[in-house]
Amino acid sequence: MADSPENPEAILPPKFADWFASRGWRARPHQLECVAADQAGLSHLLIAPTGGGKTLAGFLPSLVALDGRKAPREGRLHTLYISPLKALAVDIARNLQTPVEEMGLDIAIETRTGDTPPARRLRQKHQPPDILMTTPESLSLLLASPDAAGYFKGLHRVILDELHALIPNKRGHLLSLALARLRKLAPQMRMAGLSATVPDARPLIDYLTPQNTPGAVSAKLIRGASGARPQVDVLVSEERIPWSGHSGRHAFMEVYAAIKSAGLTLVFVNTRSQAEATFAALWRLNEDNLPIALHHGSLEVERRRKVEAAMVAGRLRAVVATSTLDLGIDWGDVDLVIQMGAPKGASRLTQRIGRANHRMNEPSRALLVPANRMEVLECIAAKQAIDEGALDGAPPRKGTLDVLAQHILGMACAAPFEPDALYAEICSAAPYADLTRKDFDDAVEFVATGGYALKRYDRYRRIVKTPDGLYAARDGRAAQQYKMNVGTIVEAPALNVRLASGKGPKRPGREGGPNNKSAPLRAGRKLGTLEEWFFESLTPGDAFYFAGEILRLERIEGGDAIVSRTVSEAPRIPTWGGNKFPWSTYLAERVRAMLSDPESWNAYPEQVRAWLEKQREVARIPKPGELLVETFPYQDRYFLVCYPFDGWLAHQTLAMLLTRRLERLGKQPIGFAPTEYALSIWSRQDMSDVDMAALFDEDMLGDDLESWLAEAVLMKRTFRNCAVIAGLIERKYPGQEKTGRQIAFSADLIYDVLREHEPDHLLMRAAWEDASSGFLDLKRLQALLARVQTRIDHAALAQVSPLAVPVMLEIGRENVAKDASEAMLKTASADLIAVAMRTP
Amino acid sequence: MPDAPTIITLRGEHLTPDPLGALYWRARETLIVSDLHFEKGSSFAARGVMLPPYDTRTTLMRLAALVKKYTPACVISLGDAFHDREAEARMESQDADALQALLRQTDWLWILGNHDPAPSARFVAATAHEKQIGPLTFRHEPQAGSAPGEIAGHLHPCARVAAEGRMLRRRCFAVGGEDNQRLVMPALGAYTGGLNVLDAAYAPLFDSVTAWVMGAEGVYPIGREMLAPDPGNVVSVRTG
Repeated sequence: MADSPENPEAILPPKFADWFASRGWRARPHQLECVAADQAGLSHLLIAPTGGGKTLAGFLPSLVALDGRKAPREGRLHTLYISPLKALAVDIARNLQTPVEEMGLDIAIETRTGDTPPARRLRQKHQPPDILMTTPESLSLLLASPDAAGYFKGLHRVILDELHALIPNKRGHLLSLALARLRKLAPQMRMAGLSATVPDARPLIDYLTPQNTPGAVSAKLIRGASGARPQVDVLVSEERIPWSGHSGRHAFMEVYAAIKSAGLTLVFVNTRSQAEATFAALWRLNEDNLPIALHHGSLEVERRRKVEAAMVAGRLRAVVATSTLDLGIDWGDVDLVIQMGAPKGASRLTQRIGRANHRMNEPSRALLVPANRMEVLECIAAKQAIDEGALDGAPPRKGTLDVLAQHILGMACAAPFEPDALYAEICSAAPYADLTRKDFDDAVEFVATGGYALKRYDRYRRIVKTPDGLYAARDGRAAQQYKMNVGTIVEAPALNVRLASGKGPKRPGREGGPNNKSAPLRAGRKLGTLEEWFFESLTPGDAFYFAGEILRLERIEGGDAIVSRTVSEAPRIPTWGGNKFPWSTYLAERVRAMLSDPESWNAYPEQVRAWLEKQREVARIPKPGELLVETFPYQDRYFLVCYPFDGWLAHQTLAMLLTRRLERLGKQPIGFAPTEYALSIWSRQDMSDVDMAALFDEDMLGDDLESWLAEAVLMKRTFRNCAVIAGLIERKYPGQEKTGRQIAFSADLIYDVLREHEPDHLLMRAAWEDASSGFLDLKRLQALLARVQTRIDHAALAQVSPLAVPVMLEIGRENVAKDASEAMLKTASADLIAVAMRTP
Repeated sequence: MPDAPTIITLRGEHLTPDPLGALYWRARETLIVSDLHFEKGSSFAARGVMLPPYDTRTTLMRLAALVKKYTPACVISLGDAFHDREAEARMESQDADALQALLRQTDWLWILGNHDPAPSARFVAATAHEKQIGPLTFRHEPQAGSAPGEIAGHLHPCARVAAEGRMLRRRCFAVGGEDNQRLVMPALGAYTGGLNVLDAAYAPLFDSVTAWVMGAEGVYPIGREMLAPDPGNVVSVRTG
């Protein structure tokens, strides 16, 4: 009996049971539960820690079903596997071959990604494998082709790997729409979601379950056994812990010692810049010549694959990595995970720690390295959360309108659609469960004509109504546009970093002394990519760290930055734009509580305790549930510092709004600086007499925000991303690649025109939604303001307080109080005048 | 800090640059605009790129504001007023009426450009390939080499200004100095992009160039040393 409680293993055919036995294993209960759920026709969600045999659990139901088929291979797709990472799909395909071959199963497994050669793609269409491993983008492309209905008709299963990482963003929105279409084409299809441990499984279950569908059965939740609790330590440095900064430089020696004492260590950092800096610093200390490697998202894929292979083969002692190693297959026997700098969130940290030691029963070991004094508190809070098994995470966003528009165009390319039916189908996807009919209709109209109030483009419609009431793509061009533009990831304009190749034509003297300025260096091997704007501040000859080397910029040619290896005392560290993710509300709450509870301070390192004690002595400690606001003069300026602990993004928005208010109060604010924990504003006037309750009043989120956003560069960038995803502006024209720069420019023009003539346009709404959940972090700011109303504790001090020191040190990187373009142009112009007036 | 100059002097003539992107020649009561590119949006729409259909209207509003501000006796449009040959036919009646009203209000001279090489049939006014007025020559495409007194368009100059650790990219008037006093007008059209004044295309035109950069309130002359090329064109950067 398949589901007999006495012998659950009986569900496996003997071939499978024997294979487990031959490896000295037994099938785990959750693996068997997955098979049972699938055989009962149920979609399911498997939540298990890394190392729990999760991937095999995902495929086992397919392998069993495919092995049991009576007829020979039908040439029909049986199972679709979808991974957030191209590389992961390839790795998993390779790993799956082992059991398939050892059991002698006749099952064809193939991958299909953007890298798959056209000939193989074509063959895959005519002769599908049994199991196809792919990415969300490739799936959307398959679904937009006219033969999609036939191709997916026989599909039985979809496996969604790393589901927790797939669903919170726009990629997850796009995938949810693709899955809704798959359910329609293959009603018999079951889904299996594989996820790391999450605080709330509900959104994942909903994602796997058709919404707004009477009679739909909810996906079954299956939990794997949890592993041993990880053993987490916070590094208490012997060195002086810095007041600010995020490098963790003071502790590099201790980090190096930890690497030396372990087998393989993963050193996680939060940004690519930090990865480059940490890697360079560790190699300066690396007297033992330990094999230490570097891994981040801007490095050339080939280089990353080499590092991964070396890890698996046990040839490395440490890898400095960003979130690129958060996901993926087992990277060999990792002994120790080091987190440099703030962990940001308990779930994120748990995931990273899970990378260490994929043997279920041994605890993972992790070391948290706070980069400054405030981060000591954050690290302690994170350690406590891990010890308690607590997790955090924000609820997923509602499906966005730009992604919806992209999907509608794809569906029109596949086959003419009936709007009511497509609307119902889209509402069955959890992120779009609450989509209004008006938003849907607006999105259809947007795809057809741009959806403008001024109806001018009817004769150019991209999708047209057929006599039988269906909507169809007008011509092949729509399909072409869709193909060029599919996906939700919009890259910042970037240049390829290429090593100068010495193999150019020989010219006399090119071995070159300093006089030989125009050495004929050609673009050679690609090391990776760097964002365009980083090069704005470089001139040829400047040195910078990249890909773990010190490079010298030779010149820029088209899309390539041509570099050569060099030695330099002070190379620059490249920076990347992109969103800062705020630390979790959960950790923030814990730190606020720790700070207002002096009893707990005994557990802190001496330097931190002394600092807090000093604050208690000369100023005040934030009281539970209150917002401490300090005002004090410093040098020739007046400061206002407050400590909401709500993250950099919300603080930046708050600081901007407060500054505008202070301006109206005649306080002449000059600038502001946010940090993760606090924010400061400085001005020409004393602010100690300001009515703080009125200053922080909730009604600030109105016109000021609006007028600031009109000019904000980040708002324009956000709009550009939406416009690209929605397909208004193309990443590329057929046969003619636009540079990122050109896209950025025209998107700004469109933004300005829309703002003036149609501020409620679908794309403006999409951009506003992105901004409010993204760089403005309005939700968190609203919560902050609601929390502190009538609970503001204002301390007017005679001098800067100890607690304020970290945020005061951020002032070097100040933001300008208001849009200062005009002032900046005046200064630049005055410079010209000064030069002109100079007597020669 | 001395006040920034507000007048461009070209072969002895005083010209006022307006922050909207036009030039006013007070002595001749003449307003000069360039590269209006009417109906660029709808020409994209015909190719399936549905840009907001408000570009012609926005450009006309700018034009109307300029005419109201200076009440010129004559307006010279330096070519590429219409994005393509069918543009004037595509123009909405409301927009067409607004343009006709402007044409009635003052003398009007269409200089022909490469986008609109034939005279407009719908918006009839004086038309020329180029025009000499006093010491100044008006034409669409600037001529390579020395052309003192030339005022042209076509290139859509813009400048990237680097100062105070920030970078701004704005439209500008490209103005040549000393021996080759000539000027390239910024494009006024709402959907016109810009070509950096440091691009190689300007090299045959200027020995030295000052970018008069459009701000919100004024136009600011900015010297070569404060200008930056667009990334990807850093080739033209000279070090040392």
